[in-house]
Amino acid sequence: MIPTRVYVAVFFALLVLTAVTTAVSFVDLGGPFNVITAVTIAVVKMLLVALFFMHLRYSSRLTVLFAGAALFWLGIMIVLTVSDYLSRGWVGPFEAMLR
Amino acid sequence: MITEREAVAETPGAVAHQFDDFAQQHEASTLGMWTFLVTEIMFFGGMFLGYAIYRSAYAEVFGHASNHLDIVLGTVNTAVLIASSLTVALAVHAAQESKRRALLFFLALTVVLGLVFLGIKFTEYYHKYEENLIPGWRFQYPEGNAHHAAIFFSFYFAMTGMHALHMIIGIGMFLVLGVAAWKGRYSAVYYTPVELAGLYWHFVDIVWIFLFPLFYLLGRHS
Repeated sequence: MIPTRVYVAVFFALLVLTAVTTAVSFVDLGGPFNVITAVTIAVVKMLLVALFFMHLRYSSRLTVLFAGAALFWLGIMIVLTVSDYLSRGWVGPFEAMLR
Repeated sequence: MITEREAVAETPGAVAHQFDDFAQQHEASTLGMWTFLVTEIMFFGGMFLGYAIYRSAYAEVFGHASNHLDIVLGTVNTAVLIASSLTVALAVHAAQESKRRALLFFLALTVVLGLVFLGIKFTEYYHKYEENLIPGWRFQYPEGNAHHAAIFFSFYFAMTGMHALHMIIGIGMFLVLGVAAWKGRYSAVYYTPVELAGLYWHFVDIVWIFLFPLFYLLGRHS
């Protein structure tokens, strides 16, 4: 069984990360770095919740595989869709390609 | 001398006949819950992806539209939800140790924290109503392209609303669990429903962990 102090430690870590992400949002980091910082902190918080609160760290490999499958397919959806939208401007209109 | 299997069998409904023992049933139940959560991740993931695409397309309007969200209430609500995840984890812990009173206490605390979150969320919705920022309902946005701003607030209400609906369902689950816990149904021998409801609640917490920065924080500098 997981000791209670692990849960409490994760709780305080999550609170600190929430304070950090809120504080950083008031600073202009320039370019895409505000987005990158916010998403990175959110991913760290997600991992803390999943590994400790959701017991993934102590679960069977099959359970971890199920959770990983979700992230894998989510990744496919995001990468394929975003690569489509980001690359649309790279080529000219369809008619221009035919010429 | 009572074997573990006999002890388990005496708990009503603890081990269904198709399972060898409690551990196997617990593993199967956990995987079932995770399978459901995979579908939930894809469901919310699709909305996050749509939001990201429109945000990059209409970055300027989405930027200052998100400044209409209350960053203080958003941060407080994040802390409230994280605290509720802690109380759920402690409730599962109490069930694993057969501590009925602690289990009831942490379940009740979770329900209270969930209701506090929904109360703050409702307050925010009411502010949007007063500021005419509900798409399709006297929507006004003089600061920029109103159509693009309406898309932002549509995403905001759809995603936080769907999140709030999940919380209402979760609170209902904990109330049902609380009644069963009151009757002494859960112990170190059998606590699977508490654990599975906990998995669901933590997932809902994770959704908010992404909603909060992407909606409330990125408007300042993006």
